[in-house]
Amino acid sequence: MTQTEFLKIVMPFKDKVFRLAKRLLISTEEAEDATQEILLKLWNNKKKIAEYKNVEAFSMTMTKNFCFDKLKSKQAQNLKIVHSNYEEKGTPLQKQVELNDSVNWVAKIIEELPEQQRMIIQLRDIEEYDYDEIAKMLNMNNTAVRVNLSRARKAIREKLTNTHNYGIK
Amino acid sequence: MVLNNIENLLEKYENGETSLKEEQVLKNYFSSDTVAPHLEMYKPMFAYFLGNQQEQFTKDVPLKTKRIFNYKWLSVAAVAVLMLGVYFKDPVAASYNEYAYGTYDKPEEALNEVTKSLEMISQSFNKGTSTVGYLNEVNKGTSTLGYLNEIENTTSIIFKTN
Repeated sequence: MTQTEFLKIVMPFKDKVFRLAKRLLISTEEAEDATQEILLKLWNNKKKIAEYKNVEAFSMTMTKNFCFDKLKSKQAQNLKIVHSNYEEKGTPLQKQVELNDSVNWVAKIIEELPEQQRMIIQLRDIEEYDYDEIAKMLNMNNTAVRVNLSRARKAIREKLTNTHNYGIK
Repeated sequence: MVLNNIENLLEKYENGETSLKEEQVLKNYFSSDTVAPHLEMYKPMFAYFLGNQQEQFTKDVPLKTKRIFNYKWLSVAAVAVLMLGVYFKDPVAASYNEYAYGTYDKPEEALNEVTKSLEMISQSFNKGTSTVGYLNEVNKGTSTLGYLNEIENTTSIIFKTN
């Protein structure tokens, strides 16, 4: 397999891999490293690529596992300290800032969700995979995916409603 | 009517029952400017989802084609060198052999050659034997020496009598 053939296969979903990695690892740099690592792993095993039924789903599963490993490793301890230091305070003054800020709120709310729910939100609401694909990628069954998704969506809505009404009610 | 529909969809959405198409409807609705005030809080959520779809991985991936050294070819080369070595083995000896045991394609030619060389051998052999003929002269010489014995005999007789 040549480099161009490989890129043709990998190009359509490399951004998805990156976004999923970022969803799990939070830091952009970490996610970039993870994506690079995963693409290199795919490249090194390029002979086996033909055997995979669905390279994209396989890569997503790989990404999930890789990120979980990263989170469990010692490096992740630093990551945790760094991102719990980050606390946004202060009330937005302008309308424009407010809208931007509420989008940031969504990001923060999603960050606080359990990893499982975060991944499912990412795969469903951002990457728009169907339930069967998500179930396969995460090695879960269809119902479990739906239940987790529902919980995650409700949690986001609840927190958003709270922040939205903050100071009003 | 539209609002009713959206509210229904939102409920289904929260229960994880919407299809991808229905979710697209919701995303479109919330990215428009006409969002009902009591649904305003959903807006940033869908805006965030849509915004996040645009994020791209921009880092370069160094795809190195690993050149694995193939030992198979090394052995092929070694065999080739060996074969050449055998082929060109000791050219001096090979040419010497060629002269020593010249071969002929036709039996008559071979016969001719053999008789020629045998003749040569017999000629020189005869030359050798002809010179051996001189040995007869030596024999003659030695036979005349026999007379010396006669002289000795006579002298011994003389001295005995003394």
